[in-house]
Amino acid sequence: MLEIKNLHARVEEKEILRGLNFEVKPGEVHAIMGPNGSGKSTLASVLAGKEEYEITGGEVSFKGKDLLAMSAEERAREGLFLAFQYPVEIPGVSNINFLKAALSEVREHRGLPQLTAKEFLALVNEKSKLVELDGQLTNRSVNEGFSGGEKKRNEVFQMAMLDPTLAILDETDSGLDIDALRIVANGVNAMRSPERSFVVITHYQRLLDFIVPDYVHVLYKGRIVKSGTKELALELEERGYDWIKEEVEAANA
Amino acid sequence: MEATTVISNKDKFIALNESKSSVLKNSWANEIEAAIAAFTTFELPTTRHEEWKYTRTTRLANENWKWSESLENSGLSNTIIEDLNAARIVFINGNLSLADSSFNNAIGCTISVNENIAASDIAQINVAPATNVFEAFQRTNTSAAISIRVEKNTAAETPLHIVHLITDNESISTPAIFIHLGTGATLEVTESFHGNENTKGLTIRGLYAHVGTNARLEYNKIQAEKDEQFHISLDNVRVENDGYSNFNTLTIDGGWVRNDLRIDLNGQNIEAHLSGFYLPRNKQLVDNHTKVDHMYPHCMSNELYKGILFDQSTGVFNGKVYVRKDAQKTNAYQTNSNILASDDATMNTKPELEIYADDVKCSHGTTTGQLDEQAMFYLRARGMSPDSARKLLTTAFINDVLNKVENKIVRQHVIDALVQKGLLYI
Ligand SMILES: Nc1ncnc2c1ncn2[C@@H]1O[C@H](COP(=O)(O)OP(=O)(O)OP(=O)(O)O)[C@@H](O)[C@H]1O
Ligand SMILES: [Mg+2]
Repeated sequence: MLEIKNLHARVEEKEILRGLNFEVKPGEVHAIMGPNGSGKSTLASVLAGKEEYEITGGEVSFKGKDLLAMSAEERAREGLFLAFQYPVEIPGVSNINFLKAALSEVREHRGLPQLTAKEFLALVNEKSKLVELDGQLTNRSVNEGFSGGEKKRNEVFQMAMLDPTLAILDETDSGLDIDALRIVANGVNAMRSPERSFVVITHYQRLLDFIVPDYVHVLYKGRIVKSGTKELALELEERGYDWIKEEVEAANA
Repeated sequence: MEATTVISNKDKFIALNESKSSVLKNSWANEIEAAIAAFTTFELPTTRHEEWKYTRTTRLANENWKWSESLENSGLSNTIIEDLNAARIVFINGNLSLADSSFNNAIGCTISVNENIAASDIAQINVAPATNVFEAFQRTNTSAAISIRVEKNTAAETPLHIVHLITDNESISTPAIFIHLGTGATLEVTESFHGNENTKGLTIRGLYAHVGTNARLEYNKIQAEKDEQFHISLDNVRVENDGYSNFNTLTIDGGWVRNDLRIDLNGQNIEAHLSGFYLPRNKQLVDNHTKVDHMYPHCMSNELYKGILFDQSTGVFNGKVYVRKDAQKTNAYQTNSNILASDDATMNTKPELEIYADDVKCSHGTTTGQLDEQAMFYLRARGMSPDSARKLLTTAFINDVLNKVENKIVRQHVIDALVQKGLLYI
């Protein structure tokens, strides 16, 4: 599904990803943890196609295709979805109109028939229920004036609408209260399937109680420095990152 | 060294001036006399002139304009606003085309044209003296004119659509529109400007509107001329006690456009809205100069202009707001926001508030920025092409100006025109 080999990326002369290796197979759920500033969101942005990051080395293949050669919109149409850590507010653009436009371009690319207005609204209804997103919110401007939790739910709602094969959730749990966390996690779990993979970036073990990952990785200084199963997340919760940092420094020494 | 003869740019206008006489030479005689005198004293403005700092008149002055009598109406069918069921008044190359007009059915207003306009009708509007060469020129040489009157407590039920079309190459048009709304009268006008491809044209159009006590004027000006066409609008609106005016300047297209809008709040308790958008492309220029004059207490003016500038286009906004000493409890708001959609586009914006009263609420804000890159990426990350994403953001940006157009049919017509030009997303 996704294969990242020796990926290097920088922004404004600053090297952030420094030889990152990472692989996701169909149906798998991977959690990525790591200290603030280690490069998690950078990885997500690079995968989604944000142009301000300069790729200085390595390769990424997505479903066997060269991901780095595709534009952001091509990646989305091919089935990659990023739930942003900080969703953008877009005043004046209605959530619903924007999604209709996006979905239409996505379906066209995937060779799927266009939805009628009725089918589209039915889909909106169904998917907004999945994350219990208030119907009012779907009609408002994109994320404008949404609470932190509403923004995150809106991301997962959009994910459900666009039906990706690989979804990257960047701290989708932060800002959610305990009930919202369960709702969002249930929404994600409902979408789990043998064909669909997830990369879940988080700081908190509690999300992983709901969305149980197959693998857990630690990203530090632009590299995956440790990988394990869900027990690793528990250990990190208990011990923090210092021991990992020490391991890395020792290995580098 | 030999002295070189400098040919004044104005010479061509002087020649044009001599070869034409106004259709209003009897009914507007005094003002024409004053305008003839004014014309001799005003020079053609250069960029040294404060009011024309960013807008060159050189190209306009160098063309060989001619008066045209042509009523050739090819392209006129494109100017129809479907479903509006308006009374239509059509000017072609500056001439009134009665054959193409249909306003006898207009309910609630009286329309008279050219020589039939009564001197008393014009006098009632109380037009202020000309302040520049173009105003003087338009008044001296009015090529065609209409007067629209809505009498006391009458609602003009039929919307009016005034159409200007340029079909004759190098023609100059100098029409005038007079509007008088009696006490409690209401009127809705849409005025649109068009021109055919590859047809040079210069329009200097005077609008002289008087909104009486407690009267209501809705005015939508749609500019949709071509790259080869020059346009100067001289818009004058005077509003009396308790009056309401909503004036929208919607510049969809046009090579060189200058709008001089002046709103005089000549009474108390007046509400005046003035809004506009401009979306210049190529090397187009759109210049909006507005002047709002608060003379008495308890009035409100609300100004909103927005622009998106593409390619190598230039935009100018100059918004003057005067709040005179007696105009206490004035609320005056002004906003001008711009997006530079290209590195080669330029926007010059200048708010000018002069406030002499102390108990007022006034605000102004101007911004000029790029299209929000974060928003662009967000939309693209959901699968939208850059082109649709850009259009979606453009649509959102000018949406509040579009919403100022109260008539939904007119608004939809403008949206359709923008979509057709590939500027909006729906
Ligand atoms: N556009 C940018 N310009 C400059 N520096 C950047 C940019 N994007 C990221 N960085 C820097 O790169 C480093 C990694 O940032 P990133 O957002 O990827 O971290 P993160 O692991 O997601 O952190 P957090 O857990 O706080 O979300 C940080 O030092 C950050 O300041
Ligand atoms: Mg982050």
